Amino acid sequence: LQESESETKLDGETASDSESKSDFGGSSPVPTSDDTPEVLNRALSNLSSRWKNWWVRGILTLAMITFFFIIIYLGPMVLMTIVMCVQIKCFHEIITIGYNVYHSYDLPWFRTLSWYFLLCVNYFFYGETVTDYFFTLVQREEPLRILSKYHRFISFALYLTGFCMFVLSLVKKHYRLQFYMFGWTHVTLLIVVTQSHLIIHNLFEGMIWFIVPISCVICNDIMAYMFGFFFGRTPLIKLSPKKTWEGFIGGFFSTVLFGLLLSYVMSGYRCFTCPVEFNNDTNSFTMDCEPSELFQLQEYNIPVVLQSVVGWKTVRMYPFQIHSIALSTFASLIGPFGGFFASGFKRAFKIKDFANTIPGHGGIMDRFDCQYLMATFVNVYIASFIRGPNPSKLIQQFLTLRPDQQLHIFNTLKAHLVDRGILGSLEDA
Amino acid sequence: MSARRRRRAAAEQEEEEEEEEAAEAGSDKEVDLDERLHELDLRSDSDIPDVPPPTDSTPEILKKALSGLSARWKNWWIRGILSLAMISGFFLIIYLGSFMLMLLVLSIQVKCYHEIITIGYRVYHSYDLPWFRSLSWYFLLCVNYFFYGETVADYFATFVQRREQLQFLIRYHRFISFALYLTGFCMFVLSLVKKHYRLQFYMFAWTHVTLLITVTQSHLVIQNLFEGMIWFLVPISSVICNDITAYIFGFFFGRTPLIKLSPKKTWEGFIGGFFSTVVFGFIFSYFLAQHQYFVCPVEYNSETNRFVTECEPSELFQMKKYSVPPLLQAVLGWETVNMYPFQMHSFALSTFASLIGPFGGFFASGFKRAFKIKDFADTIPGHGGIMDRFDCQYLMATFVHVYITSFIRGPNPSKLLKQLLILQPEQQLSVYKTLKSHLVEKGILQPSLRG
Repeated sequence: LQESESETKLDGETASDSESKSDFGGSSPVPTSDDTPEVLNRALSNLSSRWKNWWVRGILTLAMITFFFIIIYLGPMVLMTIVMCVQIKCFHEIITIGYNVYHSYDLPWFRTLSWYFLLCVNYFFYGETVTDYFFTLVQREEPLRILSKYHRFISFALYLTGFCMFVLSLVKKHYRLQFYMFGWTHVTLLIVVTQSHLIIHNLFEGMIWFIVPISCVICNDIMAYMFGFFFGRTPLIKLSPKKTWEGFIGGFFSTVLFGLLLSYVMSGYRCFTCPVEFNNDTNSFTMDCEPSELFQLQEYNIPVVLQSVVGWKTVRMYPFQIHSIALSTFASLIGPFGGFFASGFKRAFKIKDFANTIPGHGGIMDRFDCQYLMATFVNVYIASFIRGPNPSKLIQQFLTLRPDQQLHIFNTLKAHLVDRGILGSLEDA
Repeated sequence: MSARRRRRAAAEQEEEEEEEEAAEAGSDKEVDLDERLHELDLRSDSDIPDVPPPTDSTPEILKKALSGLSARWKNWWIRGILSLAMISGFFLIIYLGSFMLMLLVLSIQVKCYHEIITIGYRVYHSYDLPWFRSLSWYFLLCVNYFFYGETVADYFATFVQRREQLQFLIRYHRFISFALYLTGFCMFVLSLVKKHYRLQFYMFAWTHVTLLITVTQSHLVIQNLFEGMIWFLVPISSVICNDITAYIFGFFFGRTPLIKLSPKKTWEGFIGGFFSTVVFGFIFSYFLAQHQYFVCPVEYNSETNRFVTECEPSELFQMKKYSVPPLLQAVLGWETVNMYPFQMHSFALSTFASLIGPFGGFFASGFKRAFKIKDFADTIPGHGGIMDRFDCQYLMATFVHVYITSFIRGPNPSKLLKQLLILQPEQQLSVYKTLKSHLVEKGILQPSLRG
C-alpha cells in the first residue's frame, strides 16, 4: 500500500506536501498509519490537516531538541547509550526496507545473521576504541585483559563464524536474494556502525565536538526550511524539488552565525571543552582539565574589510570559534548532500519515509541522514588539524613491542625532544 | 514453486494497481517498463538472462598441440599447463623481489575489481548509466590512495622526510582522502537520473562491497609481505596446495559429497587436502626459514633506493629442540626434533587454509550460481577469471594479518614513531616520561645517575 501511494507523490520528503498535493488529485491516497499520540490529535482536531501537520512537526521538533538537552545534562554515559540505541534503530530501519524490497522475510537464518553481524562489528569497534579509554580498568580484570590482548583475533573469529553460517545457509532457489541481503547488510553496517563509533570518538574528545556539529546540522535543516518557506523561489536540485537556493544560502549564513554564537557560549564551560576521561576511583566519567589553548580567549585583528562594518579594531574570540566556522560551513554545504542521498534512496525504493517512528517526521534515519557525513568530517578534522592520535593508545601499543624496538623508539623520541629544545640536557638519562 | 508463482502473481497485481494509480492521479512519473522488469528480476532467479558461454581464449599453439585428444583430456591438459605456467610465473616474481610482488598484487586487485564490476554491469544492464564507470574507477583510486598512504608511507618514512610536498600530503593524509571520497560521493548524488535511481543505488552499493572485499584484502596481503616474504609465500602456497591436493584426492578417492553448493567437492578430497597441506606447510616453511631473503622484514633503503631484506633472524626462525609428544614418539622413533618455531605457526596457517579457506570458494560458487555465470571472466584459459583463482585467498590474507598482529608481534614500530612525533610537545613529554619509567622498571634502560 505504501508503494502504490508513493507513486502519486513527486518527492518522498514531507508529509505536509504530500497531503496538499493529494487534495488536487481525484483519488485520495491511503494515509500512513497515524502515530500521533491521542492528546495531540484532540488538541489539534479543529485545525485543517495542513496546519495540523505543521503543528505536529513543530511540537515533535521541540520535543526532540528538549530531549537532546536533557541527555546532554545527564552526561557522557547516557549519551553513549543513546548513540548506541539510535544506531541499532537505524540499522533496523534500513534492514527492514531491504526485507520489504526483496520480499525476503522468509529467508532462512537471515534475520538472525543480520543481527549477528551487527553484534560482531559493534564488538570489534567497541573493543578497538572504548578500551583505550578504560585502559586501567581493563588491565586490572583478568578476563578483560585477555579479551583485549587477542581482541582482533576474537572479532575476526566471530565474523568468520557468521560468514560460514551464511555460506551454509545458501538455499538453491534463493541464492541471488541471499547475496543481495548479504550485500545490503554489509553496506548498512558500513554506513551506520562506523559513523556511530566516530561520533563516540568525537564525544570523548570533548562534548563540544559532539554538540556543536550536531546542532549545526539541525540548525541548517530548520533555517534552510524557514528561508525556503519565506523567500524560496529557485529550485536547487531535481532530486528534492522543495529545496531552493534561497533556503540553501540563507541556511548557510544562519548556521555559521549560530555556530559562532554556540561555540562562544560553550567554550566557557569546562564540562564541554575537556576530554572525557574515565576515573577509576569513582568509576564514572569526569571532564576536568586545564582548558587547552583552543578554549582560551585571544585577541584577533579584524580584517580591514570588516572593520568599517563592525566598527571594532580587534575582537576577543576563542580559537575554537574559527574551527566552528569550518564545521558550520561543512554542515551547510556538504551536509545536505547526505539528505539528497537519502531522498534518492527513498525514491529509488519507492518509500515515503524510512519508518514511522517519529510522528510527522518519519523514521530515525530521516532525522539523521545529514548527520552521517558530519560525524566522519569532524573526526577527520580533529585528527588532521586539532590533535594527533591518542597518547594513551600509543603507550599501550608501545608496551606490546619487543624490548629492542622499545629502546629504539625511546631513543629516537629523546633525540627529537632534545632537538626541539623541549627536553633540556639536564634531564638526559 | 507455488510460493514463487504466488509471489509473481502478487507482483503482477501490484504492478497493475500501480499503473491504475499513476493513470488516475496523472502523475508525470512515467510508468517505467524497465523498472518493472527489474523488479520482477529481483524476486525470482529464473528471470536472470543466461550469460552466453565464455569465448575460448586458449592460445593457438596449445590448441594445435592438443588437437588430437578428446575434449575432456584436452581441457585437463590446458588446466594443467596453465597451472604450471602460473606457478612458474609466481616463482619468477618472487625472485625479482618485493617491489615486483607489490606491483603484481596491485594489478591483481585492479583486475579482480574490474571483473566483479563488469558482472554488476551485466546483471543490472547498467552499461549506459551516466558517469557510472568513471565513478567506480574513481572510488577505486580514492580507496587505494587512502590505504597506500596509511600503510606504505610508513615504510618509506626516510624517503618522505626529505621531500616537502610529500610531508604535507602525509600530514593531512586523512583529510585529503576524505575530501577526495566526498567529491566522488557528491558527484554520485548529482548524477542521479530520474528513471534510474534504483539501478544507480545498486551499482553504488555493488562498488562499495567490491572495494571492501578486494582493496582491503590486497592491502593486508602487502602488509603481510612487509612483515617478511615468508608470511606472504607460505599462506598463498598453502591455499594453492590445498586446492590442488583436494582436487587430486577427490579425483581418485572421492565418493561422499561435501556441500550442495559445489557438487564436485567431496569429503575425501577435503580431508586428504587438509593433511597434505599441513605436511606441505611444514616442509615448505622448513626450507624458507633458512634464508634471510624470506625471513626478514622488508625495508626500504633510502640510499640505494631499493628494498632490502637483511637482518638478524628473529627467534621464530632459529632452530630449537622440541620434545616429541609420547604419542608420536612411538610412530616416528625420535625423542626430540629440531624445528623452527615458525613451523608451529605454519601448522595454524595450513589448518586455516584447508578448513576455512574453502568457504571462500563456496561463497564464490554461490555467487556465480546466484548470478548465473560459469566463471568470473575469461582471463585465464581453462581456469576462468583471476577471481576464480583468488577466491580462497581473500579470507587467508585477513587471517594471516590478524594472526600476526595478535600472536607474533604488536603494531608496526615505525608507524608508532610517526604518531609519536606528531603529538603536541606537552603530550610528547608526558609520553616520554611514562616510557622512561617503564623501561627503567623493566631493566631495559639503566637509570641515570642524574635521574
